[in-house]
Amino acid sequence: MASFDLRLQDVHNKLNSKELSVTELVEASYKRITETEPSIKSFITLNEEQARKDAAALDQELQSGDTKRGLLFGLPAGIKDNIVTEGLLTTCASQFLHNFNPIYDATVTKKLKAAQSITIGKLNMDEFAMGGSNENSSYYPTRNPWNTEYVPGGSSGGSAAAVAAGQVYFSLGSDTGGSIRQPASYCGVVGLKPTYGLVSRFGLVAFASSLDQIGPITKNVEDSAYVLQAIAGYDASDSTSAKVNIPDYISALSGDVKGMRIGVPKEYLGLGIDPKVKEAVLGALKVYENLGATWEEVSLPHTEYAIAAYYLLASSEASSNLARFDGVRYGVRADNPDNLIDMYRKSRSQGFGPEVKRRIMLGTYALSSGYYDAYYLKAQKVRTLIKQDFDNVFEKFDVIMGPTAPTTAFKIGEQVGDPLTMYLNDICTIPVSLAGVPAISVPCGMADGLPVGLQIIGKAFDETTVLRAAFAFEQSTEHHKLRPQL
Amino acid sequence: MSITIKDVEHVANLARLELSDEEKGKFTEQLNAILKYAEKLNELDTEQVEPTTHVLPITNVMRDDTTRESVGVEKAMLNAPDEEDGQFRVPAVLE
Repeated sequence: MASFDLRLQDVHNKLNSKELSVTELVEASYKRITETEPSIKSFITLNEEQARKDAAALDQELQSGDTKRGLLFGLPAGIKDNIVTEGLLTTCASQFLHNFNPIYDATVTKKLKAAQSITIGKLNMDEFAMGGSNENSSYYPTRNPWNTEYVPGGSSGGSAAAVAAGQVYFSLGSDTGGSIRQPASYCGVVGLKPTYGLVSRFGLVAFASSLDQIGPITKNVEDSAYVLQAIAGYDASDSTSAKVNIPDYISALSGDVKGMRIGVPKEYLGLGIDPKVKEAVLGALKVYENLGATWEEVSLPHTEYAIAAYYLLASSEASSNLARFDGVRYGVRADNPDNLIDMYRKSRSQGFGPEVKRRIMLGTYALSSGYYDAYYLKAQKVRTLIKQDFDNVFEKFDVIMGPTAPTTAFKIGEQVGDPLTMYLNDICTIPVSLAGVPAISVPCGMADGLPVGLQIIGKAFDETTVLRAAFAFEQSTEHHKLRPQL
Repeated sequence: MSITIKDVEHVANLARLELSDEEKGKFTEQLNAILKYAEKLNELDTEQVEPTTHVLPITNVMRDDTTRESVGVEKAMLNAPDEEDGQFRVPAVLE
């Protein structure tokens, strides 16, 4: 996939100089999909007809000679299937929405259209973004391009696998407790979860509204900055959207981290971490030392409580958000119900998979009369303590670093049926989501043929420092240039 | 605190889910395991801690009360499982 390995700026120049056409890029994408999709299964829906039309229209525009266009112009993009796209099926990988054709575009979809990237298709995921392996997709599990017997991670597994397999130039994912960073780590690509509120959630099918955030998955840090630049910003349609000035993320990529203070939480390198993952992360810290940064061990003392708090909060919010799927206005409606309530019950029971039902049950229980204080309120209080852990460390440090996940990807089927073990994979990403701060996962090595991710966590709305740190690492290493053999 | 099949049936009703006997058994077991794990939170004294509902310090986001274009009936009905005269048709609410 030669053209997808070019730097974004080079693709842009080649388009402007007519050495390359948008149609060629789009055809390269579909050709790669035809070759690799039978073994990877990143997509749920392809947008072939419209993508080709859009490509032809952009090629027309290239003929005009005007070279003032955005950097995402003509780039083949994949969109996670929980981000609504007008007229293009959006299933959330759920049978409940197998026939759902959105009547409007999400704000990020609109922004990508304005930036003139091409939507290649909709990417596979864990149903309603609930899961960390893509095994909860009601269609089929996506497979890890580095070894197809392994999971790609989740819930944005399709988004990460498609970029790793060279099927698209970049993709969008969503992250609630690690769903961009963990699959990026497992697939050896770059995944950025922005600060909560930086990117509009309007048109993102809600899972846990106080945690959900959309972000880019790319092959390198530079592309991540370009895509973030295109999708960030205040949106009146999202009442939790932040009114902040959007900096120039590209100019943050100086490569200079001299004097940067890095905190490394001992909890992230502790129990349960694969020694090879730890070795790769320590190797990355060595790179930073050589670049003139300093690192010190720090503590995020409430880390061990994060998973419990997260599953109570996220499931409670999910049980409320997913109440809208009732079979009245869209999606599945069960045949021959006895009455309205029976229709709700049957439609939901037929349309939702086991993990979704389990979380709705947990969330409904946690919110139910008599248990609210013991579970939901308690978890919200613990969330405060977790957020304070981060505030304390950030008083003295510019960024926090550690592994994105305690292990590399696991085998398909290995953890199914054991939700608790599966949840523990998110120990390094969940606290970050609860604190609402930004974090990126960048490739930092390999262990037994599978990629390892370094997680770089920043202060709220300080994506520039996160990107600067990530870019400096990437400039000094070759990990991001490795490609799976497919 | 331990959950029984009866609790699971009650919660399923609240959540408008119809569970098979097999699902009821499985969820009873799994929810017990998850909630037991969640009891870990009780190790922490949170008496004096304010809850975080939201990490952003924004509240009561309002917009001007002005009319603006909305989705038309035709578009709104595009995904309707059952419709009549531009309205969503559902089974009888009252027996």
